[in-house]
Amino acid sequence: MNERSVSRRRAIALAGVGVAGIAGAAAVGGALARGAARDEGGSAVEGAIAFTGAHQAGIVTPAQDRLHFVAFDVITKDRERLVRMLKDWTAAAARMTAGRDAGEIGAVNGMPEAPPDDTGEALGLPPSGLTLTVGFGPTLFRDAGGRDRFGIAAKRPAALADLPHFPGDVLDAALSGGDLCVQACANDPQVAVHAVRNLARIGMGVVSVRWSQLGFGRTSSTSRTQATPRNLFGFKDGTANLKAEEADLIEEHVWARPGDGPEWMTGGSYLVTRKIRMIIETWDRSPLSEQEAIVGRHKGTGAPLGKADEFEEPDVPSLPETSHVRLVHPDSNNGARMLRRGYNYVDGSDGLGRLDAGLFFMAYQRDPRKQFVPVQLNMSRRDDMNEYLKPVSLGLFACPPGVSGPDDYWGKTLFA
Amino acid sequence: MRTTPLLALAVGLLGGSLAACSDDSGTGGSGSAAAAGGPIAVKASDTACEVARNTTAAGTSVFSVTNGGNKVTEFYVYAAGDRVMGEVENIAPGLSRELHVELPAGSYETACKPGMIGKGIRAAFTVSGSAAPLTADAKLADATASYSRYVKSQTAALLPKTEEFVAAVKAGDVAKAKALFPVARTYWERIEPVAEIFGDLDPKIDGREEVIEEGMPFTGFHRIEKDLWAAKPDISKDGPIADQLLADVKEIVAKANAEKLSPLQLANGAKELLDEVATGKITGEEDRYSHTDLWDFNANLEGSKAAIASLRPVLEERDPALVKTLDTEFANVDAALSVHRAGDGWKLHTQLSKADLKTLSDAINALAEPVSQVAAVVSKK
Repeated sequence: MNERSVSRRRAIALAGVGVAGIAGAAAVGGALARGAARDEGGSAVEGAIAFTGAHQAGIVTPAQDRLHFVAFDVITKDRERLVRMLKDWTAAAARMTAGRDAGEIGAVNGMPEAPPDDTGEALGLPPSGLTLTVGFGPTLFRDAGGRDRFGIAAKRPAALADLPHFPGDVLDAALSGGDLCVQACANDPQVAVHAVRNLARIGMGVVSVRWSQLGFGRTSSTSRTQATPRNLFGFKDGTANLKAEEADLIEEHVWARPGDGPEWMTGGSYLVTRKIRMIIETWDRSPLSEQEAIVGRHKGTGAPLGKADEFEEPDVPSLPETSHVRLVHPDSNNGARMLRRGYNYVDGSDGLGRLDAGLFFMAYQRDPRKQFVPVQLNMSRRDDMNEYLKPVSLGLFACPPGVSGPDDYWGKTLFA
Repeated sequence: MRTTPLLALAVGLLGGSLAACSDDSGTGGSGSAAAAGGPIAVKASDTACEVARNTTAAGTSVFSVTNGGNKVTEFYVYAAGDRVMGEVENIAPGLSRELHVELPAGSYETACKPGMIGKGIRAAFTVSGSAAPLTADAKLADATASYSRYVKSQTAALLPKTEEFVAAVKAGDVAKAKALFPVARTYWERIEPVAEIFGDLDPKIDGREEVIEEGMPFTGFHRIEKDLWAAKPDISKDGPIADQLLADVKEIVAKANAEKLSPLQLANGAKELLDEVATGKITGEEDRYSHTDLWDFNANLEGSKAAIASLRPVLEERDPALVKTLDTEFANVDAALSVHRAGDGWKLHTQLSKADLKTLSDAINALAEPVSQVAAVVSKK
């Protein structure tokens, strides 16, 4: 037996978990149209989400429980090196999302004198629903000095316009922006961290980690199969989010269409990220009625104020004028909707005994100029919740369409 | 007129110094200096490096270097990738020294280094003729022999520089000791992986305060550094520590020169030096009192480069693509670091911004990745 063929997944099979064709474990409902990943033999891998498809996984995929998000600076000037790395990343991502090692040799099967081509901390762990989603920031097309870095400036989508300043934002440049991003979501934090760590390792000399964020407890549901989770303010979050099953709405609000912009983005989506610190301690001292008036929902049921059931449509005009739900509701924003995919974060404490915690907001959309920007402006100008929020990071990325097969790679539509 | 007196001088010196210099070139066969066309005169000054001929025949060549300048100089013969084929150091003004070096056919560079810093004044040098083909194993043996020469050259400078430093400390000369501290460490940091083989000596010489075990005294370079850079420097009680440092350095120099290294140790040493940079120098932890970390950074880098250069013929045969990557990434780190030159030395760690350090860190990571692949290439059969 060839030792090198023992993949992470095979190791699990040997450990007795079994890999019977449970296709339904990952493919929740026909609307998702993504099957479970298959290994070389064609059998489905339990808990793996297919890497290839018309759209990148990790967008309408039912939100996993854990996040490791990372933004990179590209440090090479060599376009060929960048493209080569994107190919290497794609191959590694295909392997890791199927529950295998990052490299062909693996964590423990190589030469003793050579560093392993997988870091090993996910050995024995199942695929855990890992998805890896890549995005390109505005600075990849032109740097701060206006230089066309890789001969792609003409391909920069108009929708990837610089975001305006939002009142109240005190952004930390070291935690914002980036030339490339990778969103790793999984149901096991170790699997998500493993994936990001290996991509960063593969990219050394080509990219450098600019900032990264760990998240837990998805704060939105992106599928009707999921219960609505709670954010760190204790409120249900994402009740009215776009759901994967709402195929028509997803088509209208999430995926870039032919004619929207450059053809390379067709089937892709624009991602806005925001790290929003929550001033937890003062929120916790505010009365329940005030909390509910700020949010516009009942804390217990999640129902809109004045309603009994979580999923009842709010009576928008009756809600407090500066309540969160009213300000961000599509009715208040020309029907603008987004697919939110945020996570709670806790980065320990801040030295003053306060929880350094909040929401890592992520939202996918067809055109941020018509979706995120007006909604955010509306919110940042008037929302009562702002008293308890401190946005510190902002990012915008164009996430290309999905990888079609073994000859395709992340960004081929942009660079080929 | 220009070369005649030099040649005469060189010939006059030949008889006396051949025997003394033959230890590094004994494999070349006797009498080959004549076969290669006689000694090659090198007239070094503070601004020029005139090599009498730029070609010679394969075999052992003799370079007779005369320093007509005002600065102490060095003379090198480099193969591709700055692999040191041979060198003479510490040629004081007015003196002549000889270099005997065995050179197979190929392209080389000669270099004088007035002031013993920088890349030196370079010129192309071609060796033609036939050399017996080397087997792969012979190339590995050559690699270790080449690196041993490097270790010897570094220890030969480490000792006198440490002596000067120790003397300054014992004389209570704070300013002089401060100036010598990063200079003496340069030679140490270039060969640190070799020093680390002798486990107990390394912490005595180079240990930092936090790594010292309970009951063990805090000695060595960093103990003296702490006293030198204190708000009120006080080295009045450091005499015994300085004596101990010199004794320890002497011991390690003797051991390092006797040690036979394996090609794998060269490969791993090259990687470890970059790891040193990535963990201790980028962060400013190593020289936390003096902030002279960039001296160490550059020395680690040079040491890593020397080890890789020794392995170069093997790597070129087995993985030319890797050699290309290494050349590119070494050049990138050099470029990123050279921005922070300050006079003959380097800026202090505290003068660098976070962005400066990130750039250096990225460059080191980009280099250390391919360097980490070298050991596997070397051990491939």
